Amino acid sequence: MKIITVLKQVPDAEARIRAGSGGVELDGVTFVIDGMDEYGVEEAIRLREAGHDVEIVALALGPARYEEAIRTALALGADRAVHVETDVELDPIAQARVLAEVVRQEGADLVFVGGKQADWDSAALGPALAEVLGWPHSDWTTELKLAGGALEVRHDTDDGQESLTLPLPAVVTTQQGLNEPRYPTLPNIMKAKRKELAKRSLDELGGAQPLTRVVAQEIQTRERRGRIIEGDAASAAAELVRLLRDEAKVL
Amino acid sequence: MILIVTAAVNGSLPKSALELVTVARELAGGAPVAAAVVGPEAAAAQLAGYVPQVRSLQAPELEPLRAEALTTAAQQVAAELGANTVVMSANRLGQSVAPRLAVRLGAALLEDVIAVSTDGGLRAKRYSYLARVTETVEVAGGGATVVTVKPNVFPLPEAQPGGSVAPFAPTFGAQDTRVTVGERSAAAGGRVKLEEAKAVVAGGRGLGSAEAFDQLVEPLADALGAGIAATRAVVDAGWRPYAEQVGQTGKSVAPDLYLALGISGAVQHLSGMNRSKVIVAVNKDADAPIFKIVDYGIVGDVAQVAPAIAAALEESQGS
Ligand SMILES: Cc1cc2nc3c(=O)[nH]c(=O)nc-3n(C[C@H](O)[C@H](O)[C@H](O)COP(=O)(O)OP(=O)(O)OC[C@H]3O[C@@H](n4cnc5c(N)ncnc54)[C@H](O)[C@@H]3O)c2cc1C
Ligand SMILES: Nc1ncnc2c1ncn2[C@@H]1O[C@H](COP(=O)(O)O)[C@@H](O)[C@H]1O
Repeated sequence: MKIITVLKQVPDAEARIRAGSGGVELDGVTFVIDGMDEYGVEEAIRLREAGHDVEIVALALGPARYEEAIRTALALGADRAVHVETDVELDPIAQARVLAEVVRQEGADLVFVGGKQADWDSAALGPALAEVLGWPHSDWTTELKLAGGALEVRHDTDDGQESLTLPLPAVVTTQQGLNEPRYPTLPNIMKAKRKELAKRSLDELGGAQPLTRVVAQEIQTRERRGRIIEGDAASAAAELVRLLRDEAKVL
Repeated sequence: MILIVTAAVNGSLPKSALELVTVARELAGGAPVAAAVVGPEAAAAQLAGYVPQVRSLQAPELEPLRAEALTTAAQQVAAELGANTVVMSANRLGQSVAPRLAVRLGAALLEDVIAVSTDGGLRAKRYSYLARVTETVEVAGGGATVVTVKPNVFPLPEAQPGGSVAPFAPTFGAQDTRVTVGERSAAAGGRVKLEEAKAVVAGGRGLGSAEAFDQLVEPLADALGAGIAATRAVVDAGWRPYAEQVGQTGKSVAPDLYLALGISGAVQHLSGMNRSKVIVAVNKDADAPIFKIVDYGIVGDVAQVAPAIAAALEESQGS
């Protein structure tokens, strides 16, 4: 079977985010493969290690810099990659339509998508992709088994967890807890440089008509008092309670 | 026409459903608002105290509730009422259904919004970059739109009694029920709901053990009438249930008071609580990143400071 793992390249979680008049400024920022997407790559590798005959294709839509994150996926164990290279900012629905075209052309059986990536804070890509393809999906997935042509998963819901059985083909969105991703080894990083990384353009895939666009980005700032209360536990605690009551007025 | 799509939880309307009314009225600007409610008719009747036209969705295919079936039902109600904007909660269910509905309707998706405005085109504000950035998103063109609304941001609406409830029976296809639902486990309740709590006491790995978490956090939460939250590290260790996790992959909360005990302050955690009105942290490491976003901080051992805060609260409430 063929598994596609969709990935994004995002600012490292520790990177300082700045914004200017034109929105978020990313020059000088360290980029990494999104943590949520690593779970997808790892899960695909684990299916192979569990004895399933799988080809793993990493798929990404984004600017040229994404290549580094794609190479990480290849070093982790993806067999080859497809990069829809574009500088155009596309919303999740528009991206789903483009990516679905690649998934169809590849004839994939299972697609992993990160549950909520650290740049756009969106959980929409997985369900939207499933809808464009006419497939079922499981979101916020924490356990996954492949048995007799169907997926058995466990996923988080609003008030707990539930088990689902999905017929293939299907889309699965990931979540922390699904697995513990491995680190790429040096020999595998070297090998990844020789793996196939095919470039596709938006035009070849039918173009894209995003229906929304981001018109402003500001850093969220909130004035904080930043006051460290000194003293032993008892006196610091008493002072804290006084400040919460008299100054912050939240008690 | 603006259509609210929501589902009852344990037989009654969740608070988030009423928040949708506030958003729908803002978007409608005087135009009619309608709602479709999955669940008992009593829940639909509750919403009819706010919205003139309510459709009560009842079908065996909607129990248990699955994303594809709800997408189909929402699409059919929207068609019947001629609604071109659909509003849902940005909870897990809404985030699973809204993208599908947007694709099916050829609609724009405004996701997890914290503010909306309609002058000079439809715009919304939302967070990005792990809630460190607030962005304004504009809908291009005037087509259909699906909006998901971040819970606990919008105020509750004023009642507008006198709405009517009519049953609505959607028709489903085979694909709507192809996913089968097995065992479900609901999070243990009892305490005040985390998302609705005015105060939250949150514990991290610094509490040391599951027993210490219970001993140090619960008395404080009781004294404050607070909800209990945990970091991923705590949930992964099995000390507390996943339903209490706050952060990128957990819940998003914004109480008046957030008291963080033994929490380092990783961005993934902060993204779920950085809108809290007042943040307090107790951590033995003066350089812990959490101290960068506090209103009040105490550098010290939670084993000593947490009971001291509980005692000081008791004293203050007694006096
Ligand atoms: C994709 C992804 C998603 C994630 N999603 C989430 C999420 O939703 N929510 C979340 O919380 N995390 C999330 N994380 C994990 C996050 O990065 C952190 O690892 C986690 O928040 C750390 O939890 P912690 O603060 O409890 O533990 P630690 O980082 O280990 O911090 C423990 C703190 O306790 C202090 N301490 C120790 N002993 C004491 C003592 N006796 N008294 C006082 N202080 C003490 C230490 O100084 C330290 O600062 C995610 C990570 C990834 C990669
Ligand atoms: N409080 C608000 N409520 C709703 N929409 C808002 C609010 N503030 C800003 N906006 C939207 O964000 C856009 C940019 O706002 P501003 O940051 O004030 O320039 C406005 O045109 C509105 O569409």
